[in-house]
Parts: sequence; structure tokens; C-alpha cells
Amino acid sequence: MAVELFKEKYRSQVREVVLGATKEEGGTRSHTLKVGGESALPFLHFEGKIPNRPLVAMEIWDIVPEEWPAGLKSFFEDVYNDPGAWAKKCVEEYGADLIAVRFKSADPDIKDASAEECIATLKKVLEAVGVPLIIYGCGKAEKDNTIIGPLAEAAEGENLLLGVAEQDNFKSVASAAMAYKHCLIAQSPIDINIAKQLNILIAEMSTPLLDRIVIDPTVASLGYGIEYSYSIMERARFGALQGDRMLAMPTIANVGHEVWSKKESFISEEEQPGWGCQEERSIGWEAATAGALLQAGMDILVMRNPKAVGLVKKLIDDMMQDNS
Amino acid sequence: MGLTGLEIFKHLPKTNCKKCGFPTCLAFAMALANGKTSLDNCPDVSDVAKEALSSAAAPPIRLVKVGSGDNVLEMGDETEIFRHDKRFNHPTVVAIAVNDNEDIDAKIDAINGLAFDRVGQHYEVDMVALVNASGDAATFKAAAEKAAAKTQKNFTLVTADVAAMEGALQVLAGRKPVIYAADKDNYEKMTELAKANGCPLAVKGENLDDLAELVDKIVALGYRELVLDPGSRDTSKVLADMTQIRRLAVRKKFRSFGYPTMVFTSKDDPQEEMLQAITYIAKYTGLVVLNTTKKELLLPLLSWRANVYTDPQKPVAVEPGVYEIGEVNENSPVYCTTNFSLTYFLVEGEVDATRIPSYIISVDTGGISVLTAYADNKFTAEKIAAAIKDLGMEEKVKHKQIVIPGAVAVLKGKLEDESGWEVIVGPRESAGIQKFAKERFA
Ligand code: B12
Ligand code: SF4
Repeated sequence: MAVELFKEKYRSQVREVVLGATKEEGGTRSHTLKVGGESALPFLHFEGKIPNRPLVAMEIWDIVPEEWPAGLKSFFEDVYNDPGAWAKKCVEEYGADLIAVRFKSADPDIKDASAEECIATLKKVLEAVGVPLIIYGCGKAEKDNTIIGPLAEAAEGENLLLGVAEQDNFKSVASAAMAYKHCLIAQSPIDINIAKQLNILIAEMSTPLLDRIVIDPTVASLGYGIEYSYSIMERARFGALQGDRMLAMPTIANVGHEVWSKKESFISEEEQPGWGCQEERSIGWEAATAGALLQAGMDILVMRNPKAVGLVKKLIDDMMQDNS
Repeated sequence: MGLTGLEIFKHLPKTNCKKCGFPTCLAFAMALANGKTSLDNCPDVSDVAKEALSSAAAPPIRLVKVGSGDNVLEMGDETEIFRHDKRFNHPTVVAIAVNDNEDIDAKIDAINGLAFDRVGQHYEVDMVALVNASGDAATFKAAAEKAAAKTQKNFTLVTADVAAMEGALQVLAGRKPVIYAADKDNYEKMTELAKANGCPLAVKGENLDDLAELVDKIVALGYRELVLDPGSRDTSKVLADMTQIRRLAVRKKFRSFGYPTMVFTSKDDPQEEMLQAITYIAKYTGLVVLNTTKKELLLPLLSWRANVYTDPQKPVAVEPGVYEIGEVNENSPVYCTTNFSLTYFLVEGEVDATRIPSYIISVDTGGISVLTAYADNKFTAEKIAAAIKDLGMEEKVKHKQIVIPGAVAVLKGKLEDESGWEVIVGPRESAGIQKFAKERFA
């Protein structure tokens, strides 16, 4: 007896966004990467196309990440003082698809680094690696508004992914993306309506930007509210496939940032004997968070632990196998 | 999933004879759809219609029970494709495989140890999957005896050999284990065994077509306590099969797939098999069998299971109020947080671990987390100040100091003005509380 498979017929698909630009395209990247483009729910190859594999970005800082736990820091000890070398190590040794540079030094309470100082760092990273880049400010909107524009200008044509535009603070990032030909991250606090609204606002500034937006729907770590993020993502992706063009963007999640502040990642086995080996637990916690989000349709995962990165890349290889 | 009034109406006699007490068949159908009357009240409904209505009204996925006594696990009875529509009902059963030719005592000890208390919840591995790896019936039976003596957990018995299954069932039938599995060669005998012992029977197909066919044959033999294994083992294929089974059962009411599902992980590397299981728990699997007994990997897995199976509609909350942690006195520190259960228990766990008797004020935020509540004006200086007052904290302690979460440090000034208390900004993450308390209160 042949079972008649249930295949959803969707009206639409996720937009495809290109990251990076090669020399011919006005940048200096060795290659470009495509994300999104799905016309089916995550990895359901039997009913639509999953043309691009989800990407794993590794996060690097422009200062020594003192707050990272020792086990995590140890992977990068030799390269902390050189963001270029750090990025190179992530790409060459750990297989990062992209590099996400976080300009922590700009934080007024840390170094209050100027836009010029950040630009110098960005140039080093651009020279050190050929992969497309994501850039994040220090997380304080007022300061970030003064550095993202200049960074975008200095890297004109590279087609960076600029972080982050929010509902009440999107203009500087959106205009930088528009003026210097970059993509941008539109971040919303796990709320579909805000995600849509923000995309509409960005589109009002410039319609072509719609094909350059990557949504950050805001994620929580495994065990710390991830189920809310998961469900919001599922709803958004389903909405996109059913024809909501203002939600039909690829997505990005700051996985490493969320999980590494959580006890399950860093507490030692001596302090919490019932939870097993800290090193493997932390890898597991980060990889499991990423694995769960992949099932909701996440397209770019920004991660920290190289071993978790390796595992998640393998999982993605497996998930990309045809299952029709 | 119930039928609509119109769907029921199609099966009624349509004579409007009023014997049921309703003016028309349609009115009766509507009442039936709302659960306000029962089909027996229509004397004229045909047997064919009765059968159609009762099978159509049955849940799309059968509820199947494993175990006996107080140790029953329920599987299936799911009605949804997406958890945001409505809560998923029965958390994936997590089983660990034990081979009959390995050191059984050691592995079962490890499995018994796979229990975690986290955020006010208890997570544990549910089941032992005893595998007839030796291929020998006597070894399998002996292993069943050993394992049964070692653990109270439920069992899945894994062998295609009917004689081996029979032997193990002599030991374990009383615990109603899952019999794994009926396949195309042994299904008649396995079904007999399952029937005779009242145990759930796993049905293993080579693919979906094969599975449906086998299920129908077993149902024709009169047995319905089934668990379905589509036989796939590659992660992507398992995802596809689990999705098909769920969709066809729920959306198409395809009876052959109206049962809970199961699968075995296939990776040798424990981290990789954990990630396979993460995927399977997300997507519709009723029972997953792993090999690893590493705590550090079961903790994330069981946490994910708990996350997927929480109610998406209402946040889990604790009663707002003041909680005493340890033998408190007038010098005890006072912490405040929200009444979102996850938040509260994270804080409680850490405060408890400081070993300094303390009060925790759980402010009524409608069961949402610190920053969510802050952003939604439900965790405000006014509210915290009111809680301090209403809960009589001034009488309970004499120091007038309160610790607030680091994430809402901005509330400090206003809260001091509102309450007249000194506000101490605590760490941002609850994980920092022990160190903070040691420096501050020890
Ligand atoms: C899940 C979530 C939701 C869920 C809420 C579920 C729930 N029951 O709370 C939903 C989807 C409903 C939601 C809604 C909104 N959310 Co929300 N949400 C999140 C998310 C992803 C995780 C929150 C969470 O559960 N954390 C886990 C809990 C345990 O954390 P916690 O309560 O903060 O507790 C920790 C610490 O604070 C500390 N702690 C707690 N108490 C105490 C006490 C003391 C004394 C100490 C020392 C420490 C301490 O310990 C805990 C563990 O470290 C965060 C982003 C993120 N990744 O964190 C956004 C986030 C909190 N949400 C945000 C917003 C803006 C909203 C909305 C207002 C958006 C909107 N629609 O307008 C709405 C609120 C409307 C409403 N009525 O619900 C923002 C808040 C921004 C801000 N800084 O003010 C965040 C930060 C996202 C963002 N980056 O923008 N959200
Ligand atoms: S008793 Fe049966 S046939 Fe008569 S009105 Fe009621 S539903 Fe219709």
C-alpha cells in the first residue's frame, strides 16, 4: 500500500539574501554566501526547496573577552590580542562560515573606543579572512549609532551584515546599509508584529533593502525561555511561507551570547556534581540550543565554542540530506 | 479532535422525528458536537453511522500506556502540528539502550542516576531499552531478570526473536513493557504475545508504506496498543517520516498512523546522538532510544523536552508573596524577583545554595520574566514598593535593604524613593548570587 504523503502547498517563500561581495562585485571577499530562500518548513526537502544551508558564524571580540569562562577562552588564548588572527583561526581551524565581530571596545564603560579605532580593527579582520562578515556594536544604542555608520562607510561595497536595527532605533543602521551597500539585521523582541512593523519601516526608507534584511527574532537559551523564541520563529516562518512578505526574511540568532551567561554552560563539575563534565555540558548546551532553533527555521547561528560549532555543522550536513 | 455539527449531521437519519428531544436532526447534531447530548439519544441512528461517528470522534492519535501501577507513562493523544496552537500533551519518552551482553549492573546504575532537579522541576530518564544484542534467548532472559531487579523504570524489550521476547516477558510482563518490534516476518506471533500480556506493541516498518500495511494487518488481528517505528535512522529522513506520520494522523485522520511514534538514534558519538534526539523531540517523536548515559548530555536533552512540552498559552507561575528560604530572622537578606516560575526557581535555587537564610519576594508580574515584565510595566518601582509594604517586610526584618535583579538596575533610585528602603543592585544572572551573597552578607 502506498501512503499518500502530505505535502503542504505554500504560496510563497523566504527571500534569499546574499552576504559579502567579491572583487568583481565591489568588495574584497573571497566568496559570497546566500541565506534563506526556503519554500518549505525547516529541512522538509520533500515539499519544497531548502536551497541554502544554514550558516554558522563565530563571534570574535575586539577586546579580550574577560567575562568568558576559562574553558571557552582557552581556545583563543593565542589570538585574543589580534582580532585578525582570531578571525583567521575561527575560519581556518574551526570552519566558521562567517565571522561576527563585536565591537565591545566601543562601550563607554569599557574603552569608549572611537569609530576610527573600530575601523582599524575591521580592516584587520577584512584582510585576515575572506569570508563575509557580520558586525555588531557594543550593545549601547547611543554609542552604536556613532560607530556603525563610519564602519559601514569604511567597508563600502563589502556587503557586510550590519547589526542591529530596532523599532525605535533603526535609521542609522538602515541608512548606512542603504548608502554603502550592506545588509542589515532587524531585531525585534520575540514579537511577530514588531518584526513586521520594523521591516515595513525599513522598506519605507528604501524598498530594495527588503532583500537585504535578516531578522533577529531574539532568542533565549535552552532552559531559559527558548520555547517562546522557538514558537515565535515557527509562526513567523509559517507566515512567510503562506505569503506574508514582510516576514519572509532569513533569520539570525545570537546563540553563543545567550548560552554562555547561563550556569549550565560554565559551572564546574565540582560545584554541581550531578550535572556531569562541564566541558562537554557546555558544548552540549550551546549545540542543543542551536539544534533546537534549526528546527524552527533559523538560518544563521552566531556561536562561540569551536566544538559546538563543529557539531552543529555536522548536524546541518545531516539535515541537508534529501528526505523526499 | 471533535467533529463539527455538520459532519455529524450527515450521518443522522434526517427525519426530524424529535425522539431525541431536539426539534431537528441538525439541532441534535449541533448539541452533540458541543458535548451536550449523547448519540444514544437517537434511537434511529444506524449501526454504520454509529461506527463512522465513533471512529471519527476518536482522537487522531491513540493514547498508549506503558508500565503499570504508579509507574505508567502515557504516549500519543496528540492533536497539534505546532506547539503554538495548543500544548503538546505527552512528553517524548526518553529511553537508554542496554545490551544483554554488556555490564548490565553498571549501565543500569548509570541510568538510575540520570535524574536532575532544575528550576523547580524534576527531570529523569524514563525507560530502559533492553536489547537482545547477544542474539541468545537465555542471555536475554537473564539480562531481563538482572535489569528488573536493578530498576523500577519502564522497559522496552528489543528483539525480533519471538522466543527471546517470550522469555523476557516471563520476567517483565507485569511491568507492561513496550514489545519491540513486530515486523513483517514475526508480526502474528508478536501480536499474540502483546495481546496475551496486555503490552504495547511497537511496529517496525521498512518505510512508511510498509509500516502502514503492517499496522493494518495487526489491527485486523484485533490489536491497537501500538507504537510506530518507520524504520528510518538518518536524521533528515526521520524528521520527514515523523512529520508525515503526525500530519497524516492529525490532518487527514489517516487511521494507520494514528499512534505514537518511536525511533532509535544512530550516531556513535554521544554529542551527535544527543543532537539527533533534540531534533526528534522537537518534531513529534513519542519515544526516543539513546545509548549515552552522560549526565552532561542528558541534562540539555531533558531540559529541551521540558521546554517543548510546556503550555504555550499560559506562563507557569508561582504564587506571588514572600518565601522564606531557611530559618530566617530579622537580619536575613531580602531578595526580590518576579513570579514567573522559571525566574523564581532559578533565584530560589541560588539563594538556597548561599546557605544564608533569606527572604524572597515574588512580585506578581502575571508570570513573566524580569525584563519582559519590566518592558511591559509589570515589574516597576511602585509594584515592588507596594509588595514590600503589603507583605509586612518592615516587621519581618530590621535592616530595610532589598536586593533587586541586576537587569533592572535602573529601578534603584525610584524604588528607594518609593519604599524608603536601601536598594542593592544584585548580579545580572542568578548564577552570580552565591558569590554576591558571600561578599555581601556572609
Ligand atoms: C521569553 C521572552 C518573552 C516571553 C515571555 C515569557 C515569560 N513568561 O516571561 C514573551 C514572548 C511573552 C515576551 C513578551 C515580551 N517581551 Co520578551 N523576552 C523573552 C526572552 C527571549 C527571554 C526571557 C526569559 O524568559 N528569560 C529567562 C528568565 C529566567 O530570565 P529573568 O527573568 O531575567 O531572570 C534571570 C535574571 O534576571 C536573574 N534574576 C531574576 N530575578 C533575580 C533577582 C535577583 C535578586 C537577582 C540578583 C537576579 C535575578 O536570574 C535569572 C537567570 O539568570 C528575552 C530575551 C532574552 N534572551 O533574555 C525577551 C525580552 C525580555 N523581552 C523583551 C520585550 C521588550 C518584550 C515585550 C515588551 C515585547 C512587546 N510585545 O512589546 C513583550 C512583553 C509583553 C507581555 N505582556 O508579555 C525585551 C526587554 C527589553 C528591555 N531591556 O527592557 C527582551 C530583553 C528582548 C530584547 N532583547 O529586546 N518575551
Ligand atoms: S431522534 Fe434521531 S432522527 Fe429523530 S430528530 Fe433526533 S436525531 Fe433526528
